[in-house]
Amino acid sequence: MTLPAEFPSERSSARWFVAGMGAFFSLPAFILMAAFTGFGGLAHASGVTLAQSVAMSGLIWALPSMVVLVGAIKAGTPLLATAIAVSLSAVRLMPMTMALIPIVRDEKTPKWLLYWISHFIAVTAWVFGMTKLPDLPRRARAPYFAGFCMTLTTVNMGVTAVSWLASAALPPVAAVALVLLTPLYFILSLWRAAERAPTDRMALVIGMAVTPVAHHLSPQFTLLATGLVGGTTAFILGRALDRRRTAGAATNAAADLSADLGGEGR
Amino acid sequence: MSGLSFTAIDAWWWPWVFILVAGWLANDMWRFLGVAFSGRLTEASPIFTYVKAVATALVAGVIAQLILYPTGDLAATSPWLRLASPAIGFAAFRLARQHIFVGVAAAEAAFVLGWWAGV
Repeated sequence: MTLPAEFPSERSSARWFVAGMGAFFSLPAFILMAAFTGFGGLAHASGVTLAQSVAMSGLIWALPSMVVLVGAIKAGTPLLATAIAVSLSAVRLMPMTMALIPIVRDEKTPKWLLYWISHFIAVTAWVFGMTKLPDLPRRARAPYFAGFCMTLTTVNMGVTAVSWLASAALPPVAAVALVLLTPLYFILSLWRAAERAPTDRMALVIGMAVTPVAHHLSPQFTLLATGLVGGTTAFILGRALDRRRTAGAATNAAADLSADLGGEGR
Repeated sequence: MSGLSFTAIDAWWWPWVFILVAGWLANDMWRFLGVAFSGRLTEASPIFTYVKAVATALVAGVIAQLILYPTGDLAATSPWLRLASPAIGFAAFRLARQHIFVGVAAAEAAFVLGWWAGV
């Protein structure tokens, strides 16, 4: 158990890694496991094999992208259109990574390690990193975060396998309830995540509303069309709303000012 | 136009190429770019807002497809039940101060009860 005294930093990195693994036992991690349970059921219902489902969990590690991919596979979407749709659903990973990496890294953290760690960034791990890491010493952050993320991913690959197998054996009502978990979890978590982003809430509502029309016009390219039309409309409306708010804030400020000067009977 | 779908080529490796290109690469390229650019782009830029809106609408499309055009056993259920149970879940979620577990549990309970009641 005793390590040579000349490797104290290695030993403590390993200890931080294990501490990060222990941080796995948390409410957000269990919510995510419930959502992955839904993915196993969805993949099974869509004709994706057990090995493919587990590989998707490990290689993609972002539920929205995995659901888009499975949806495209089921709809018979060509590879290029699928890749574009999945990429679009994953763009948010870039700004998330850009925001998190400066918190994770230490001057001595090697580049390859940052690229490796970035693979595990998705909503749950990102929120964990942004809230927990700033309290730790710099040196501890990369190993601690790696311990947490790699445990989260590995466990959910197992959850995918178990739920895929279970959905074949479950009574139909339970299997169907499992498949329903994914859309439910997405609507609610996206709605809540967009608390301060009215554009995203509009995109969510408009996207759902546009889907039947897009599906009627072209089942193969429904997702791409929905994303572009819904997103663009929400963006334009969001900008208009912003402008009105800024204008509103200006008049409010003017009113406050006049009130301060005794202009309003107060 | 059918193109190269997941089942287009009857070889064991084709689904894996599909998953690697449209799954792994389509995701990790953004994460890797994020590492490469870390510390530059701000979340306040309009481009970022637009991209995020498109991404959100796309996921909304996925949600709507799952509910409106499902496959497997879910396809055999009534569309009214599939629409009503998420609506009930959303109402419960709002009442419970945006608690995700409460919303999901309420929707699932409504769905299972509706199924047994033969809705």
